[in-house]
Amino acid sequence: MRAQETYNDQVVRLFLLAAAVWGIVGMSIGVYAAAEMVWPSLNFGVPWLTFSRIRPDHTFGVIFAFGGSALMGTCYYIVQRTGHTRLALGGLANFTFWGWQLGCVLAMVTMPLGITQSKEYAEPEWFIDIAVAVVWVSFGTVFFATVARRRIRHIYVSNWYYGALIIAVGLLHIVNNIALPVSLTKSYPVNSGAADAMVQWWYGHNAVAFFLTAGFLGMMYYFVPRQAKQPLWSYRFSIVNFWALISIYMWAGPHHLMYTALPDWVQSLGMAFSLILLMPSFGSAANGLLTFNGSWHLLKTDPAAKFMVLALVFYAGTTLEGSILAIKTVNSFTHYTEWTVAHVHFGAIGWVAMITIGSLYAMAPRALDQPAMHSRAAMELHFWLHTIGVLLYIFSMWIAGTIQFLMWRATGPDGSLSYPFIDSLIAIKGMYAVRWFAGVIILAGMVVMAWNLWHTAAAARARLIKPIPVPIPEPEPHQAPAPLPMYG
Amino acid sequence: MARGYKYYEAVEKNAALLGILIFVAVSFGGLAELVPLFVEAHTVAPPPGVKPYDPLRLAGKDIYVREGCYLCHSQMIRALRAETQRYGTFSVASESVYDRPFQWGSKRTGPDLARVGGKYSDEWQRLHLVDPRAFVPESNMPPYPWLEEHKLDGADIAARMRVLRKLGDPYTDADIAGAPKAVADKTELDALVAYLQGLGIANEPAKEASK
Repeated sequence: MRAQETYNDQVVRLFLLAAAVWGIVGMSIGVYAAAEMVWPSLNFGVPWLTFSRIRPDHTFGVIFAFGGSALMGTCYYIVQRTGHTRLALGGLANFTFWGWQLGCVLAMVTMPLGITQSKEYAEPEWFIDIAVAVVWVSFGTVFFATVARRRIRHIYVSNWYYGALIIAVGLLHIVNNIALPVSLTKSYPVNSGAADAMVQWWYGHNAVAFFLTAGFLGMMYYFVPRQAKQPLWSYRFSIVNFWALISIYMWAGPHHLMYTALPDWVQSLGMAFSLILLMPSFGSAANGLLTFNGSWHLLKTDPAAKFMVLALVFYAGTTLEGSILAIKTVNSFTHYTEWTVAHVHFGAIGWVAMITIGSLYAMAPRALDQPAMHSRAAMELHFWLHTIGVLLYIFSMWIAGTIQFLMWRATGPDGSLSYPFIDSLIAIKGMYAVRWFAGVIILAGMVVMAWNLWHTAAAARARLIKPIPVPIPEPEPHQAPAPLPMYG
Repeated sequence: MARGYKYYEAVEKNAALLGILIFVAVSFGGLAELVPLFVEAHTVAPPPGVKPYDPLRLAGKDIYVREGCYLCHSQMIRALRAETQRYGTFSVASESVYDRPFQWGSKRTGPDLARVGGKYSDEWQRLHLVDPRAFVPESNMPPYPWLEEHKLDGADIAARMRVLRKLGDPYTDADIAGAPKAVADKTELDALVAYLQGLGIANEPAKEASK
């Protein structure tokens, strides 16, 4: 009877489509914002085109609209396959899709109009926050209900990360957004000053931890073994890394507030935990990379595997950089400079975007019932466009950041400051142009991906109304704790 | 698998237990860092003589927040020599007790503004906000010409003050009642300039205390 049941890939496909669209939208806004830093008159005196109004649109667009859609889509894909069961509560799952898209559209439209809380990465106003919270709880309900009806007793490691993502982000979102509304379009946070700063960066840092790291590690733990065609390098290692990562990350937020008016003991605590955090971060990256041991030849033939391997290398790189930047002395140089921008993009377009793109390329043909992506050459092209773009981006911003901190603290023989502030801006304008160009290349790669997905989906588009049924295989009777998915 | 694994296996086979343990694991950091700060936050008194934002400066602060100025300008002078030399005395927590949300920022595409008040004339600030490159040709700050076209709404400012009073800011009934008059015929540009000119002056403890 149960053999007739099929995976619910309808909602997965919708999220995939949304991720591709939001990726292009979010990155286009980023490219425009980058252009405005070189040619500031590009706002044409229009409020909603102005850099300070659209930068939150860029960050929200890529993190929550693109990243969020990718996370929810892959989560639904993985939780079904690792549990050998159909997604629970199909109607609610559809609601999470439409609700999330509505929330994203509302946020993306209201922020440039000046309807914003202006808390970084939590800009949308209170009514959107409430809608997002409702969708998030629904997402958690669908996920845990599906886990509950799994037909394999062991819960696969990917699902721990998705579970942690759901629980932690729900907690962060609610605590950070507690505010008292004045009207529909304006509210004041209940905390002010230093307390608000601490709550904000506890949120801001852990949005990175659980949205951009834990969720995408869940993706990695499923798609990397799949693509490497080997079991995870060490299952036990993944257990240690998981618990260490989720518990230590939550302590590291104060490293965003070094040498500020935040009490010193919190800053030092944040720094200490940021350094400890390097271990589980490296552990997770190593576990993924070592899974490719014996499969390295795949890098010659499989662009999706290339995206994943480079994503893991960038992940290791960006977490190493993060821990170093969290050292108080280093931070005194790099904070407020373009180093911060380099670091966040190292993680966001290096790690997050690349593991997502690799997973999309791995998942799309399966979800669309095709033997492979439409064009392998286009995948190769995307890989190189993206890689060159990421490297250009981070190197240009590293150079700009270095110039900034050197000029900001340079003093003459008499002890007076050597440069007025504007000189440091003039010195890095060329780097801003390079960064804009890097953004253009990365965006071009995304357009190539969209073209490729469009053609891969040709057959599915013709019969979009009827989902392609993937039958759910029977679980194997004596499954090892690391169930390497074999079907679907 | 190691011997200890058999205990862990119980967690891995029980979704509810796994969820609860995740919640516990992620709670420690917040509890250890946020709770003491909340307690401490209540002990951070506003600097002597410093009042919450007057209606015009409050409107200006909210425009600063709305326009996203914090994305390129910090308001936090760190206790480092190069910073105090460039921007003035380092910032302390009590200076931002009335800032909802806090405006410390995370990036300086432009200079820190914590003590920008009084550094330039009102007229300079007005013209600079409308056309930054008229004064600083190399600047990449966007122009904000619409600020001088929009008038402030006194009833809205009064409503904002009432909400802030609920949150603990010591506004009197007279303060709130006087808001519409205080911002009558003022533009958003007037408000933003008033806010900027108060930064580091109206909220600075040392200066007020020494008077």
